[in-house]
Amino acid sequence: MKAGVVVFPGSNCDHDAYYAVTQNVGAQAAFLWHQQAAIPGDVDVVILPGGFSYGDYLRCGAIAKFSPIIGAVKQFAAAGGIVMGFCNGFQILTESGLLPGALIRNTGLKFRCHPVDLRVETTHTPFTSLAEKGQILNIPIAHGEGCYTAEPHVLDQLEAEDRIVFRYVQNPNGSARDIAGICNAGRNVLGMMPHPERAADPLMGSTDGLVLFRSLLSVLAAK
Amino acid sequence: MSTITPEVVAAHSLTPDEYQKILSLLGREPSLTELGIFSVMWSEHCSYKSSKVHLKKLPTRSQLVLLGPGENAGIIDIGHGYGIAFKIESHNHPSFIEPFQGAATGVGGILRDIFTMGARPIAVLDSIRFGPLDDPKTGARNRRILEGVVSGIAHYGNCFGVPTVGGECVFHKSYDGNPLVNVFALGVIPKDKIFFGRAEGIGNPVIYVGAKTGRDGIHGATMASDEFTEESKQKRPNVQMGDPFLEKLLLEACLEAMHTGAVVGIQDMGAAGLTCSTCEMGSRAGTGVEIDLQYVPQRETGMSPYEIMLSESQERMLLVADKGREQEIFDVFNKWGLDSATIGFVTDDGMLRVRDHGAIVAEIRNRDLADEAPIYDRPHTRPHRNVPMEAPAFASADLKADLIRLLASGDLCSKRWIYEQYDYMVRTNTLAGPGGDAAVVRVKETGTSVAMSLDGNGRYCYLDPREGAKLVVAEACRNVSTVGALPVAATNNLNFGNPQRPEIMAQLVEAIEGMAEACLHFETPITGGNVSLYNETLGEGILPTPVIGIVGLLPTQAPVPSRFRAAGRTVMLLGGVGATDEVHFGGTQYAHVLLGQMWGLPPALDMALEKRVQAAIREMVAAGVVDSAHDLSDGGFAVGLAEASFDGVGAAVTLPASALRPELLLFHEGPSRILLSTNSPEEVTKLADKHGVPAVAIGATVNGQVVIEGYLSATVEELHQPWAKALESALNG
Repeated sequence: MKAGVVVFPGSNCDHDAYYAVTQNVGAQAAFLWHQQAAIPGDVDVVILPGGFSYGDYLRCGAIAKFSPIIGAVKQFAAAGGIVMGFCNGFQILTESGLLPGALIRNTGLKFRCHPVDLRVETTHTPFTSLAEKGQILNIPIAHGEGCYTAEPHVLDQLEAEDRIVFRYVQNPNGSARDIAGICNAGRNVLGMMPHPERAADPLMGSTDGLVLFRSLLSVLAAK
Repeated sequence: MSTITPEVVAAHSLTPDEYQKILSLLGREPSLTELGIFSVMWSEHCSYKSSKVHLKKLPTRSQLVLLGPGENAGIIDIGHGYGIAFKIESHNHPSFIEPFQGAATGVGGILRDIFTMGARPIAVLDSIRFGPLDDPKTGARNRRILEGVVSGIAHYGNCFGVPTVGGECVFHKSYDGNPLVNVFALGVIPKDKIFFGRAEGIGNPVIYVGAKTGRDGIHGATMASDEFTEESKQKRPNVQMGDPFLEKLLLEACLEAMHTGAVVGIQDMGAAGLTCSTCEMGSRAGTGVEIDLQYVPQRETGMSPYEIMLSESQERMLLVADKGREQEIFDVFNKWGLDSATIGFVTDDGMLRVRDHGAIVAEIRNRDLADEAPIYDRPHTRPHRNVPMEAPAFASADLKADLIRLLASGDLCSKRWIYEQYDYMVRTNTLAGPGGDAAVVRVKETGTSVAMSLDGNGRYCYLDPREGAKLVVAEACRNVSTVGALPVAATNNLNFGNPQRPEIMAQLVEAIEGMAEACLHFETPITGGNVSLYNETLGEGILPTPVIGIVGLLPTQAPVPSRFRAAGRTVMLLGGVGATDEVHFGGTQYAHVLLGQMWGLPPALDMALEKRVQAAIREMVAAGVVDSAHDLSDGGFAVGLAEASFDGVGAAVTLPASALRPELLLFHEGPSRILLSTNSPEEVTKLADKHGVPAVAIGATVNGQVVIEGYLSATVEELHQPWAKALESALNG
């Protein structure tokens, strides 16, 4: 597995994702600069990391969607390529239309950083194939705009199509229906507010995030 | 025709004598721009004119010190070819005027000090002090200031991508009109790639990079060197505006530019902006710097030379490049979308020469600005103190109720509401985050981790500045030792009132001397720091508040937690129950919170014993014989025991027979004590004996209960709830 970690001006979890993939998972990784207009052929997973892309001016992720790399990510995803967006990456995915809904300010109006418990809602994704349905994962959040919101019919559709990947056990930000992470209809694009790359090293207090990367490894190996 | 009237001189906070010195250095009358330049460089904030003679007393050297005071940050060797650069800075005055931006730019300023050395910042800690939140008159304002300061720190650090991993938050009436915001930052640097703020190489280009210059922050440094009066409320425009996104780009671009090998010297534009960076870089290298202001990227039109030279616009750097390699620098800054422009060059005549479209607007010797500021050995008498030596009559009606009130008090309650607004995990290095005795971050490039603790205690230092400062150093070192790290270096932030009052100056002098003695004893040289004076509002000074930041090193491993982990472990008190009396009880949290009084002296410190206790706990942690370890400090034994129980596992203990009355026994703050739990009490005893310190087994850990036999008994929940909720309730008014 080779992960391409996108670097926007203002990305600040890019090195963390790179480190988790290479040191904790034992796979390969490369950085992809935001001005690049193509995803290199040897990359089989694109990671949109956390941070404050372009300063999150206007709205979180609103400027990133116009970057050359996002055009390339859209093509990559359309061709079935695997894309993961964590935190700001999730915000960019909703802004650029790769995932439905939007992430707005936490209902408590404050930035919140702490570990949360997530429940795995589906294992029918390449990101959770090695997890168990109902499994609780302890993974940190760190965001001010993580309240997931969408039209009721969109939420109904996400539920009907088994596309809600993670729910908060205790909702920290007011997200609709406790949603912490969702995937697209093709099930190859995942967006989630929590940071699995921060729960990949025993020294960080939890390795519950590893199941996502290991699931990807096994799915890619089977290809 | 002279525009420089005595009123103009006074408006620049320069004394008539200082103006005479300027006249004799220049040999002529200064222009208004030159007067402005002198006034910021000779301000207390930039020149340390009142503290310099005393700061020399601080120890600054050890085998590990790669770089001591004088540059933008000190650097310590951590082995494997790497060093750590760190420093603490204050932004007290701006944070009172505009809490959010004041605190945010405080974070921005100290981060630039770190990465200007070539280090990538990996941790921030903050030490913040406010007036009481529940004061009927000032509480609402204090709450607003706290909320603004915390969101300012969060905004800047989170967006920049540096974890805010610890700190302290303290309340006292004396900070009502003068909050303290001290921010510490630490970065990692390859030992062979340290950059200096030096304008070397005659003819080399001087390049301006980063944000454009605007009118914000003009005279910030002189404001920071004045007391607050009714007038200073008008000074809001003096507070700078921060943009952490721009700073993040500046960090990446600077590190990348340094990597090209084309950077000769670099310095951030902090206090006194372009003025300070040009003359200091020239002065350090013994060179001159000539610039033309027409090339300075500007955000506004019609700015005068005076305004451009004195602006404190944020997120700017000045660098000197190898002549002929400018383009390599420009390419890097273009890549990151930042301005960069050659604004001048290095000369051989030692002058700061400022032109505006060719015409000279200022011409002053660099060293006159950077090194010739007046130095004052200000008169100092006995430290100011206005409390009795003798204790008042007091008696506790209910020790459990006292403990609960202490746990719910401002200084001791949970600070979760604050630290959860900080991203304390970004960069995935945080082994121990906020809420413990010391924060620990690993350095991925090496097998070494860094433990950090910030400590201050205004009440101790008010009662006895010398002993108080020693206690502060001892506690910060103890915090770092408790997680198993060897304290190796320090940085200090000296927050005091008006040094022109001899009884305030005496506080400063004695605190520095106490700090020097303690830092020498604990082998933690001070590699840099900051002095913030004139922390007074309407003639009322703050408690003398020297804040120390201690840095320690330990092998990268899961750190020992401060809380009990499992029932059935032996609970031991390393250092014993300690000795005290009523006079030494007057600076405690008990006296402050429950009696609303201050008297007597701070706790007595035996530095030799303290050092042995710290060596003992470090060896115990290294040997893996302790399950948990928590240092006893504010609130004493009972508070420490409760805090260690807050993961649900409490303890049932019996203290050895003591002549001390119950209030003193449970709540005295005698230092040199660590509460630990262990599965190997014999090993702990053996190691304690080896270091010549007592280790008393006092009981065992139990689920859900905190029992001090004969004194109090409570469920963990009864103690935890008030502690956990206090800050949020207070903020909700």
